Amino acid sequence: MKKKLLSAMLITAMTASLLAGCGGAKDETSADPGTAAQEQQQDAAAPEEEAPAQVEAAGAADEGKVLNIYCWNDEFKRRIQDHYPGYTADASDATKGTIGDVTVVWNITPNDDNAYQNNLDETLLKQADAAVDDKIDIFLVEADYALKYVDTEFTMPVADLGITDADLANQYQYTKDIVTDSNGVLKGVSWQGCPGAMFYSREAAKEVFGTDDPAEVQKYVADWDTFTETAATLKDAGYSIISSVNDSYRVYSNNVTSKWVEDGKINIDDNIMKWVEDSKALVDAGETSTYELWSDDWSKGFYPEGKVFSYFGPAWFINFSMAADAEGSIGNAGGWAATEGPQGFFWGGTWICAATGTDNASLIKDIMLQMTCNEEIMKEIVVADDDFVNNKPAMEGMAADPGYSSKILGGQNPLGMYCAGVEGLDLSNLSIYDQGCNEEFQNAMKNYFDGNTDLDGALDLFYKAVVEKYPDLTY
Amino acid sequence: MKAARRGKVVSYNKWGYIFLIPFVSVYLIFQFIPLASTIYNSFFENYRSGLTQIGPNFVGFENYKTIVVNGDLITYAQNTLIMWVMGFIPQIIVSLLLAAWFSNPSLRLKGQRFFKTVIYLPNLIMASAFAMLFFTLFADGGPVNSILMQMGILDQPYKFMSNVWSARTLVAFMNFLMWFGNTTILLMAGMMGIDTALFEAAEVDGATSTQAFFKITIPLLRPILVYVMITSLIGGLQMFDVPQILTNATGDPMRSTMTLIMYLNKHLYSKNYGLGGALSVVMFIVTAILSMIVYKFTNKKVD
Repeated sequence: MKKKLLSAMLITAMTASLLAGCGGAKDETSADPGTAAQEQQQDAAAPEEEAPAQVEAAGAADEGKVLNIYCWNDEFKRRIQDHYPGYTADASDATKGTIGDVTVVWNITPNDDNAYQNNLDETLLKQADAAVDDKIDIFLVEADYALKYVDTEFTMPVADLGITDADLANQYQYTKDIVTDSNGVLKGVSWQGCPGAMFYSREAAKEVFGTDDPAEVQKYVADWDTFTETAATLKDAGYSIISSVNDSYRVYSNNVTSKWVEDGKINIDDNIMKWVEDSKALVDAGETSTYELWSDDWSKGFYPEGKVFSYFGPAWFINFSMAADAEGSIGNAGGWAATEGPQGFFWGGTWICAATGTDNASLIKDIMLQMTCNEEIMKEIVVADDDFVNNKPAMEGMAADPGYSSKILGGQNPLGMYCAGVEGLDLSNLSIYDQGCNEEFQNAMKNYFDGNTDLDGALDLFYKAVVEKYPDLTY
Repeated sequence: MKAARRGKVVSYNKWGYIFLIPFVSVYLIFQFIPLASTIYNSFFENYRSGLTQIGPNFVGFENYKTIVVNGDLITYAQNTLIMWVMGFIPQIIVSLLLAAWFSNPSLRLKGQRFFKTVIYLPNLIMASAFAMLFFTLFADGGPVNSILMQMGILDQPYKFMSNVWSARTLVAFMNFLMWFGNTTILLMAGMMGIDTALFEAAEVDGATSTQAFFKITIPLLRPILVYVMITSLIGGLQMFDVPQILTNATGDPMRSTMTLIMYLNKHLYSKNYGLGGALSVVMFIVTAILSMIVYKFTNKKVD
């Protein structure tokens, strides 16, 4: 009897594990038709066919109760939390919040190793089959890869949400250019503009040049030749002119006259080769390093002991990245100042895109309008977060306002400089391959700067890495 | 009576097969089907550029040709093997020494259990966390450099990650630290299986402990040594997490720390199932050959 009981139990255990195995199998096999379906969709490129109709039919009252937002850090979350009227953060769960009776779910995947885009790609490709509350409603993109998403059917035209050209009239043209697809349809909006400036340490400038006045310091960095000469002067005083060669990369790469990819062939612009040449000289002379951006070594210059003279960055950089909250940092003591630097550039920027198939169209419309078109809110953002917002009259007004100054920049009002810079931005040379090319180019050139290979070796490495990322390209 | 008994035998056989079902089905679903689909995929051009899917188009052996012709496969296999050897040699030496001490009853080591646990501990840390730790320790402005500079050994920080041999050494050292405990325990088990009468006889004959180690322990340990070496080699071929995290997926400098699996991982950016599949199949064949060698050796032991 006992034996029978035992064997019965064994059999139950076995079948249970067998069924568990089956469960796993089901998931696996069901994933296959799923991907097949996605491929079909991509060929047909019509997952949004019924979506606009749905949006029109749906009034605000019977819209979805879950707003899924995909992003890579908490910048947008902080903006919404601080400035969007009616948003309440969930005290117990940092990934959730509420607007009225709609739950906002923040799906934050860091950018590292392309994780954000991988996650977004997979979810977007499954968007048509996802349950209503699981569909992406809003996702954020950066300039480097905006076109990859904007030029597909997965992103909804903002006109379909009910946002008119008149609403967007005050926005800077370049912020619209980046998220306009190949048919001229606008598919995203941004609350910020990202013209860059050169932030230098006032203390270092006083010590080395005897003045920290931006107009005077500008003379020392007016173009790349004087910049290189100044680097030598700074080295003698114990300072690195920039923390890493990667700091100046954007300044060169934004002033290119050709795209990374022309007719399916990888193309390196002359200005980028000039970066290589200038940077190699700086590194060989020991005037800067080859640290990766955002690494610990690179960010040591945010503190006086780091002995870094300057960083290149846009408006968000000072507020978001320069450790201004940390006691003892240069930014905390208001020790930075801004000047134009050798060339104008922009860096980053975050665009809000509505995903095709969303069930929260009117809420998205309101978020877009409040965050990117409401002058009051945008002024608030400038004052509270040192951001440069995407609203021409507001920015020009504040640039002329003697009452506004940035604490981190020691009381300087940098907005006039940004306003001038933003007009000069030329974004006609973006391509969908930019992100991969920029990253791999800097990775490959690090080897050249460190003396591990010659220029040709580094270029070969760059080509090889890009073709791995985009197998359809040649060189 | 006889008929009944025969019936019982048959039904026992049936149970044998039924009890095998869980393993076989799990094997089929999680091992065999992925394996077959990898081989199948390796014959297709199938990748994603941005959000555009290209393929799958049948291309025959084109993918195999690509990975062989561009020479990357050989380079990365070399990197992998170099780093494996650099880690394995100290690993086997230290493990043999420790195992010999631990299993030698005449030494009467105190706190054996404690030390056995301690040497195994590094294996319990997640490899990526371990690599992250080393990344921070050996950064240009990290603690190791500042200690060396304060002691006056270096004037300039040494760029551990920008020099081929220092980067490879770091990877090898981490693998050594993580695995020598495991190897020690395996070898110790093998040594304890050796008849102590042999050692006693050798002692009576006047053999030194070094002689006993080389003439008795090592020859009798051979099957276990071969097993350890081959399994470590198979594990070494799949080296990934440590160099991946330590070099931020670049395999810098000049891809000299890029292993085969890191290269495979590079193809995942473009969801390149064709090239990735071909690479996996090549590695599968190499690993299969190595496994067959182990199988042969372990069977020999029985004879």
